[in-house]
Amino acid sequence: MTRTDVLKDDSQQRQKDLIGGYFTRLANAPKTGHKTVATFVPGNLTELISCFDAIPILPEINALQSGMRKLSGNYITEAERQGHSEDVCTYVKCDIGMFEGGNIGPTGEALPKPDLLLLSYTGCFTFMKWFELLREKYGTPSVMLHVPYQGQGEVTPEMRKYVVEQLERVVIPALEHTTGRKFDIDLLREKLAWSSKAEDDLVKVWESAKHRPSPIDGYFGGVYYIGPIFTAFRGTQEGAEYYALLRSEIEQRIREGRGPVTPEGEMKEEKFRLVVEGPPNWTHFRDFWKMFTDEGAVVVASTYTKVGGLYDRGFRHDPKDPLGTLADYCMGCYTNHSLPNRVDLISKYIEEYSADGFLINSVKSCASFSAGQLMILREVEKRTGRTGAFIESDLVDPRYFSAANIKNRIESYLQMLEQKRSSVAGAAR
Amino acid sequence: MTRSPEQIAADCESIYYDLEFKPARDWKAAEPGRKVVGFVPVFCPREVISAAGALAMSIVGAGDWLEVIRGDAYYQSYLCHIPRSIVELAVSNRLDFVDGMLFPSTCDVIRNLSGMWQMLKPGSFVRYVDVPQNYEPEIGGRFWEGELRILAAEIGKLTGVAVTDDSLRESIRIWNENRAAVDEMYLLRRDRPDLAPTSEVYVVLRAGNVMDPASHTKLIREYIATARTSKRAAVDSSRVVIVGAFCEQPPLALIKTIERSGCFIVDDDFLLVSRWYTAPVAETGDPFKALANAFVKHTIPTAVMYSPKTGRGGALIERVKTARAEGVIFAAPSFCTPALLDQPMLVDGLEKAGIPYTAFKYAENTGQFQPIREQTGTFADTMKLWSAV
Ligand code: SF4
Ligand code: SF4
Repeated sequence: MTRTDVLKDDSQQRQKDLIGGYFTRLANAPKTGHKTVATFVPGNLTELISCFDAIPILPEINALQSGMRKLSGNYITEAERQGHSEDVCTYVKCDIGMFEGGNIGPTGEALPKPDLLLLSYTGCFTFMKWFELLREKYGTPSVMLHVPYQGQGEVTPEMRKYVVEQLERVVIPALEHTTGRKFDIDLLREKLAWSSKAEDDLVKVWESAKHRPSPIDGYFGGVYYIGPIFTAFRGTQEGAEYYALLRSEIEQRIREGRGPVTPEGEMKEEKFRLVVEGPPNWTHFRDFWKMFTDEGAVVVASTYTKVGGLYDRGFRHDPKDPLGTLADYCMGCYTNHSLPNRVDLISKYIEEYSADGFLINSVKSCASFSAGQLMILREVEKRTGRTGAFIESDLVDPRYFSAANIKNRIESYLQMLEQKRSSVAGAAR
Repeated sequence: MTRSPEQIAADCESIYYDLEFKPARDWKAAEPGRKVVGFVPVFCPREVISAAGALAMSIVGAGDWLEVIRGDAYYQSYLCHIPRSIVELAVSNRLDFVDGMLFPSTCDVIRNLSGMWQMLKPGSFVRYVDVPQNYEPEIGGRFWEGELRILAAEIGKLTGVAVTDDSLRESIRIWNENRAAVDEMYLLRRDRPDLAPTSEVYVVLRAGNVMDPASHTKLIREYIATARTSKRAAVDSSRVVIVGAFCEQPPLALIKTIERSGCFIVDDDFLLVSRWYTAPVAETGDPFKALANAFVKHTIPTAVMYSPKTGRGGALIERVKTARAEGVIFAAPSFCTPALLDQPMLVDGLEKAGIPYTAFKYAENTGQFQPIREQTGTFADTMKLWSAV
């Protein structure tokens, strides 16, 4: 399959249209009178925001888009020139640099300043400082939704009550104030029902990777699949329709015994099945992906694609308990889980998806993911008996993507897996 | 026999360098059944630990005098140093006498360390302590009160001493006294940094990490009394506030370097837990409510707590004014997300207010001080020049 064939995939075109439409809607918000609410992907309250007819702005998505379009390097340099440390998350610096450069979004149109900074403080400390910094810059009000961390590996009734109370008494009033609209809980229920439907289909897509060959790549391909549900399309009919379409295409691929679609075409032979922990690098996304496809390695499950919700572990937005379900959602995002829970999840992925091994891409920017990953590596190895690989890069700072090193690491790791496989096969003969 | 301030500081310095934590071990050994509960920066509800009869021991890393060998295997190079030295302390069994560990919600590194600890020391008492970032008494306050009650019950189970309202009130009183003594020592240093230099104040403060609060209060008071009346040669230095050193601590030699370069440190954010509340915690009424109320109303402004309003620099400018400081030194640990993300906002405030500043990064095991000495020396000279104009 050629690159042009890849683009013909209906769901891919639909995904592109959705995301493009979203950015255009956002750019036009000052003209259409829509209010905009900035928030973060983990713990985003898209359904709630859209109940007020406001449009979410996801600064991480803007940053990763800038990374993919090779603009992030300059943005980061600009932020560092202004005094931002080289030691902090590059998403923040990319966002600040983008703002200084006119806040031009991926469609080439200028994005508006947010009317409200909804600080969904879930799973990452940087979020808090990021919005404090933006507030100083934009002069936009901020509202905090403090989401307790699952430090002991569980959500307690007290944690849930605390989040619900904040939604009722802090977040909803702030949204009402910003938009001038009254909160309608029935509208929220309707939206949550659409979310749940989309989540059902997305889970089927993830689980399709249990087949051999896997019809999807659950990491590199996965980041396209999560696009709509991590941005503005959770809780919408369009979003649900996209996931239904995606699911049907994937099911068709299973029936036809086809492998995943990659930028180089369809993967013909699945040689290695891997689980990946950690976010990808965006500045060299395609090169990075190619390092895997060249070797016949497919990612059957990943943790990064769960930062916006661990639907595959059973969570669904529940219209019967609208605010409680939002609280559960926020607390259940991947990076809000304790390290033992993360070890557990990765180990289960390896077993459930019959993976040959696992790889950790440790990104310099993100302590939320990275602090403790070396221990995760050892614990998962101990637990599963599979050897893992560890590579280092960054999200959107091109200075920290050393292609030759990373390629080397991946190749030697896969060779090692191959040797192990041959020796096991040899011993069995 | 009365000790001179220099002697007190020298004794405290040996506690500072003691990585076997002898005072804490001795406290534990003094009575059978005693327990020690450790915690890492920056905050801990120490009152609850003491009320359960345990020693609240503050663990702030191993500085520059422990070679981190195994700890490095747990952390990538682009993370700060403190977690690796804390892990080193743990895996080298230097913390084997510690019965439980608390990890506050300081940042993602500390947060994830709580999970690592659960895996490093399976079956041991490890708690992540999520403090409220919502400051409404009825929301964040109530949540925190509930968390404190749960924590009290759990630590009580660990020590075998149930926390009662009375024991917690008494503990609040003891810690209030300790904070009052710390505040007084800070005031003395602010007014007479020539008599109470930070290199001494810091080690006296730091000795409290491994002491019971009442003994530490006595030590501080002894230091204050003798430092106040000591005869020391007058020194002409520039008055500075240190910002950003609230978690991973700068090595003592770095503090001394700053002083020797011509700076009086007249305010700082070292060991922040010892000055966490800006007002005493209520000693009457429901003690859990009192602690929760103190947290949501009187927490000292710091990078790790959400600031609901614009003007992050405002609180720092206030501190500079109150301390009659001439400038600010941003001294943040390398890779410290809270300190380094906070810094541009604070710088912005200082620039608008025309307050001079300089900035550098350090690690707890920094060994090279010459560049810093030159930088802070030049900064001190510049400030003097400006004030002379
Ligand atoms: S630190 Fe990690 S989770 Fe937080 S904003 Fe940066 S990349 Fe995202
Ligand atoms: S030094 Fe900074 S980043 Fe490191 S653990 Fe402490 S607060 Fe977190």
